[in-house]
Amino acid sequence: MPTAAPEIDALQHRHLLGLTDYSAEEIRLILRTAREFREVLDRPIKRVPSLRGVTVVNLFFEPSTRTRLSFELAEKRLSADVVNFSSAGSSVSKGETLKDTARNIEAMKIDMVVIRHASPGAAHFLTRCIDSVVLNAGDGAHEHPTQALLDINTLADLDLPRFAPEQLHRGDFDGLNVSIIGDITHSRVARSNIHGLQKLGATVTLCGPRTMLPREVERLGVRVTDRLDEALDGCDVAMALRIQLERQKGGLFPSLREYHERYGIKETHLNRYPDLRIMHPGPVNRGVELASEVVDSDRSVILSQVTNGVAVRMACLYLLSGGIGAPGEASA
Amino acid sequence: MLLSPDDTVKAQLMDEADLDRTLNRLARQIVEHLDDDAEPADRLALVGMQTRGVHLARRLRDKIASVEGLDLPFGILDATMYRDDFRKRLRQPVVHPTDIPFDVDDRRLVLIDDVVYTGRTTRAALDALMDLGRPASVRFLALIDRGLRELPVRPDFIGRTVPTTPGEEVRVRLAEIDEADGVWLVERTP
Repeated sequence: MPTAAPEIDALQHRHLLGLTDYSAEEIRLILRTAREFREVLDRPIKRVPSLRGVTVVNLFFEPSTRTRLSFELAEKRLSADVVNFSSAGSSVSKGETLKDTARNIEAMKIDMVVIRHASPGAAHFLTRCIDSVVLNAGDGAHEHPTQALLDINTLADLDLPRFAPEQLHRGDFDGLNVSIIGDITHSRVARSNIHGLQKLGATVTLCGPRTMLPREVERLGVRVTDRLDEALDGCDVAMALRIQLERQKGGLFPSLREYHERYGIKETHLNRYPDLRIMHPGPVNRGVELASEVVDSDRSVILSQVTNGVAVRMACLYLLSGGIGAPGEASA
Repeated sequence: MLLSPDDTVKAQLMDEADLDRTLNRLARQIVEHLDDDAEPADRLALVGMQTRGVHLARRLRDKIASVEGLDLPFGILDATMYRDDFRKRLRQPVVHPTDIPFDVDDRRLVLIDDVVYTGRTTRAALDALMDLGRPASVRFLALIDRGLRELPVRPDFIGRTVPTTPGEEVRVRLAEIDEADGVWLVERTP
């Protein structure tokens, strides 16, 4: 199914709210574009003028370091004008609603909005209040599409002995087994990845304590197990999720030590599965999701994920900026 | 399909033999431009602009190699990220690879494109090159100069000059990516 579709040369969407409604071909276009921006990042002058004159606001209603930094860097590398907003110390603490905050920002002639918010659907809500192009940088436990896209980009660059290198490279994940391990219920990264990976043809296995696997998860067409061995057997890439201590209001697992014992990936796993690669969206709790030696091993591609993050976000901003300020723009 | 059904042909400007003859002449002109006393690394390098300029550059490199026995360094440049017209478009143009496998600094470059028109793409390409380093000089080769410049850009090597009107288009077709070689002047039916 995923191989035969013809290449497209533009996104069919005006916003990036999630990967649920993006097609495999749109994801592949983003991959191809990101590869060219990745090359810009290796140049002595890491900046191109593609978004000159475009104003982007980063609306962060939730704390974030790397996503905000990565978006800001991507925007600056494209020569956009960047405004940062974080809810701490803003009018939000005076009780202003999201809609009013957004409208006020738009009155300042902003072209694109990057939003991180604790409520699922916040990015979608924003598209109904304002005319700007909206990119979702994480909405509650719903979606985090750019994280999944950078994970997919990292997977596409992997050199796995089981695959001809061009196959993964062009975004054809047919036959690729990816296991996502950890707190699936609270993870927007998992949700976006499940949709994106499946569209490209990968087989996804979810693994975690039963208390962290959402009910009716089988409906997503994934394999589910609460045993790490089952998740790693035959798996090409293991994606460990961060245990979100701040979201945990107690009681999903007995202790961090026990979690590491049952679900942490350790050096013994790397020895038992010699082709297994390790990913993690960061920041890693060393000794919880991953043993310290696993994080630092050459089988971990966590730092490529970070580098790819900037390139993928540049690609998304670039592809979505077409038509900004164009005469007779269709705002469908 | 060589030409789109929306194109009404007004004239064929070159056939395969014409194109080959013109490229032979351009290859000789590039060689004349070589400084024989220079160290090989200081000699010219060819930079083809995506997409058809790349194939023209490759043909010119091969001709220079077979006639002069000189292997000139060869790179590919995509200036899409440097274009100034994105606010006029509803969608962004596709970004193609840039691959310059040599150090641009102090190098004498020949930038190669199929058609020069407004000069805006050339301007974008120059900006892109300057971001890659500081070349000693840049010469510009265009297979077809169709006039109607909007910027002060002038090719140093020209295959053929063809006066056109804004409603016309020049179609360069190359066997590497199209069905055959040839250059046509067409009118686009909207």
